[in-house]
Amino acid sequence: MFLLSPPALTLLVFFFVPLVIMASYTVREGTFGVASRTFSLDSFRTLTENPGFLRLLKDSMVLSLQTSFFAILLAYPVAYFLVFHAGKRRMSLLTLLIVPAWTSYLLRILAWKLILGSNGVLNYTLLNLGWIDEGVPIFLYSRTAVLITLVYVWVPFAALPIFSSLERIQRHLLEAASDLGAKPWESFLRVTLPLSFPGILAAFFFVSIPTVGEWVTPTLVGGVDGIMYGNLIQDQFSRALNWPMGALLSMVLLVIVLVAVMVFNRFVNITEVGAYG
Amino acid sequence: MAEARVAARWAGAGYYALLALFLYMPIFLLIVFSFNDSVILAFPLKGFTLEWYHELLQAEELLASIKNSLLVGFLASAVSLALGTLAAIAIMRFRFRGRDTFLSFASLPLVIPYVVLGVALLILFSALGIDLYLWTVAIGHVVINVPYVMLIVAARLAGFQANLEEAAMDLGATYWVTLTKVTLPLSAPALVAAFLSSFTTSFDEFTLAFFLAGTQNTLPVYLYSQLRFPSRLPLAVSLAAVVMVVSILILLLSEWLRRIGAGASKTKGIK
Amino acid sequence: MNAESSVRLVNVTKQFPVPEKGQADVRAVEDISLDIREGEFFTLLGPSGCGKTTTLRLIAGFETPDSGMVIIGGQVANELAPYQRPVNTVFQNYALFPHLTVEQNVAFGLKVKRIPVPEQEQRVNEALELVQMGAYGRRRPSQLSGGQQQRVALARALVNRPAVLLLDEPLGALDLRLRKDMQYELKRLQVEVGITFIYVTHDQEEALTMSDRIAVMNQGEVLQIGSPSEIYDQPVDRFVASFIGDTNLLNAQVVSVKNGHVRLQMGGGEVELPRNGREVTAGQGVTVAIRPEKLRILRSDGKPKRGIQLHGQIRETIFAGPDTRHLVNLENGERLVVLIRSKDVAGKQHFEPGDAVEVSCDSSGPRLLLQ
Repeated sequence: MFLLSPPALTLLVFFFVPLVIMASYTVREGTFGVASRTFSLDSFRTLTENPGFLRLLKDSMVLSLQTSFFAILLAYPVAYFLVFHAGKRRMSLLTLLIVPAWTSYLLRILAWKLILGSNGVLNYTLLNLGWIDEGVPIFLYSRTAVLITLVYVWVPFAALPIFSSLERIQRHLLEAASDLGAKPWESFLRVTLPLSFPGILAAFFFVSIPTVGEWVTPTLVGGVDGIMYGNLIQDQFSRALNWPMGALLSMVLLVIVLVAVMVFNRFVNITEVGAYG
Repeated sequence: MAEARVAARWAGAGYYALLALFLYMPIFLLIVFSFNDSVILAFPLKGFTLEWYHELLQAEELLASIKNSLLVGFLASAVSLALGTLAAIAIMRFRFRGRDTFLSFASLPLVIPYVVLGVALLILFSALGIDLYLWTVAIGHVVINVPYVMLIVAARLAGFQANLEEAAMDLGATYWVTLTKVTLPLSAPALVAAFLSSFTTSFDEFTLAFFLAGTQNTLPVYLYSQLRFPSRLPLAVSLAAVVMVVSILILLLSEWLRRIGAGASKTKGIK
Repeated sequence: MNAESSVRLVNVTKQFPVPEKGQADVRAVEDISLDIREGEFFTLLGPSGCGKTTTLRLIAGFETPDSGMVIIGGQVANELAPYQRPVNTVFQNYALFPHLTVEQNVAFGLKVKRIPVPEQEQRVNEALELVQMGAYGRRRPSQLSGGQQQRVALARALVNRPAVLLLDEPLGALDLRLRKDMQYELKRLQVEVGITFIYVTHDQEEALTMSDRIAVMNQGEVLQIGSPSEIYDQPVDRFVASFIGDTNLLNAQVVSVKNGHVRLQMGGGEVELPRNGREVTAGQGVTVAIRPEKLRILRSDGKPKRGIQLHGQIRETIFAGPDTRHLVNLENGERLVVLIRSKDVAGKQHFEPGDAVEVSCDSSGPRLLLQ
């Protein structure tokens, strides 16, 4: 299979092998700097003895679920409107919503920092409207700020798979529901919503996987409260320099994501999750 | 009944407008600040200036990082395009043992948090004693882009009939001639779209670059280092405005090509 | 028949916005009036794009008329949504809900009408038995063949006991054998449940086999309404004559008109036909339709006969199972198709290409049509 060997080999060497080596690093002794070759279960001990790690993991998972939930909640109605009410312009209108997401990721986060800060645009507006008396950093440097920013970043990407799953619903099915006596609201609950479920699930993965490992947004707008599991990993490699610990934390995250993907792979085609990039 | 439909349409349009406002407002804000005559990025605005754009042209470190990003982007996209196209042709045109396994394996980078991949590659390069440089970033970007290229090109290949290729071979073309004279030209719009999509991903990618760039800066890595200094922010913001306009133009072009590429027939999922 | 009217359309018109280029599908209907009786098997027949499906959708409530009235069971239904109408539809591609089992599909209408569960179950079972799908309740639509999906779609509609069942080319996707079986099956069901069926098809044979009455449509208009034999034997115009069954259409010119008859110059000879109440004057061009099976072929012997007699030459004979088609060139260059039973061809009725023949039939066979 001569066509296949170059890509297969590349992915093997630079994707599969690194993950295996990383797994082997989890059982090495942590030194200040690059790991030594000594076998050690220190990292596992640290992980189990330190509830802080697992709490942060749980917090990050919750935050990632929240982000997916709100992104889908905001995106679903717009996808629904575009598919069922926007006629021929729906593709252009959809593209218009994606355009902001094509600008620099870091700078979009920066924009939210400018909006949410104590001298920020939100405070300024509220002050001028007379709704508040003094500038307080309402949201910045908090978990909420991270959530708002992440939802902002991911809404357009949640809209894509939902849009395409709604587009795939045959109009005849909705007519059939109405014909059989279902009022519009019932048609939606009994036909449209279940049939768009694969899109919702794809959107869920599309949003939750990158956000669960997110560390840049928490660093920029999260403050102390907003630290996430991704920060912990990054920290082991850039400041704490405990590579085995970082490798273990990465492996834990990887296993969780892979298990989730495998469980839901029955319902959603993972190639579809990526088909919107 | 008709009235209810009209009402639903207006409610939907209103919601769309609100969401669009939510999505565009922060970007609009950055553009406004890029013309603001003040070091502090806050309201009230102080006056109009082009100073930041002027300074942009003289910020050498910044320009160097842009050059690095372009280099990494081109390198990573070219390699991703070649590898992803080969994979797409293989999975769409041949039924081989392990095809589904390969497809799942090759799609895995789509569902791996970048921080995990970045760390894993960092460990690999360190274990092999390879110094981090721009090309190590490019390798990371190849890994994340190959699945995208594969899926985009495969969607195009699904869009035209395999019997066009069979016809070519029937007319006496060898496999290689068929590939270069029929398959690839027919996929050309998808190839361009896949390249542009890889390029923009690579150009804006931060996490992998952060772990794998060593002492070099790509543009996002440089920007990240600047975000900690408030006095540098206006510069970053004016850069944002420029990058924004350029990447929107590139992506509109790639979207347009993808639509041509997918043709009138709908893009099918790969089962 | 003196039965009550079940569905009436009164001067219904529906226009669609000009379609995009490339899809010149004229689906509009223009000033349609129909009166469909209780318990009738009524068919809307016409080529694709003739407006028959639009007419059905107007009755179902998926479209609202621009003008005119849709009356269902004596009630003006123009403003009623589909879910408020006492009609159910069997869709062309069945439109079964892919996420529900066969049972859940059939129960859908009962569920949204809040029918008590025990009654739901009983009615679902009855409906599935009625279409002989009792054993398939727990399957998904994707696990069924086309014919089975068809039956489920029928059960899903019938279980609601609608006043009218609308069927949109329900057999269109089935292969020929299955189609024939389902035709009888549908007819049996209709007699058994006794409700009005309004059936849309482009297949004239299907329409003739199953219907009590047929409305032939073309380009958004109803051309003729009548029983299958009326439509077949007494078509009102060229379109109906040629759309239903095989027909020879001959150009003719009126020579003279007297009382109930007209004398025509046709196919190189002169013939006399009943006028059928049509207003014609001498010199006018008209069309004469003659079914191929009503014609006979005789060897030319020069003797005049009663009825119609045209002279020509055998051009070709084509064996087609029970009948053999004979193509005859008439003296004026027009062409006729004549059917002769294949078992007769071996004997006296054997003709070879080139034979000079006379084509004749009695005067009830041809039908005078306006141009």
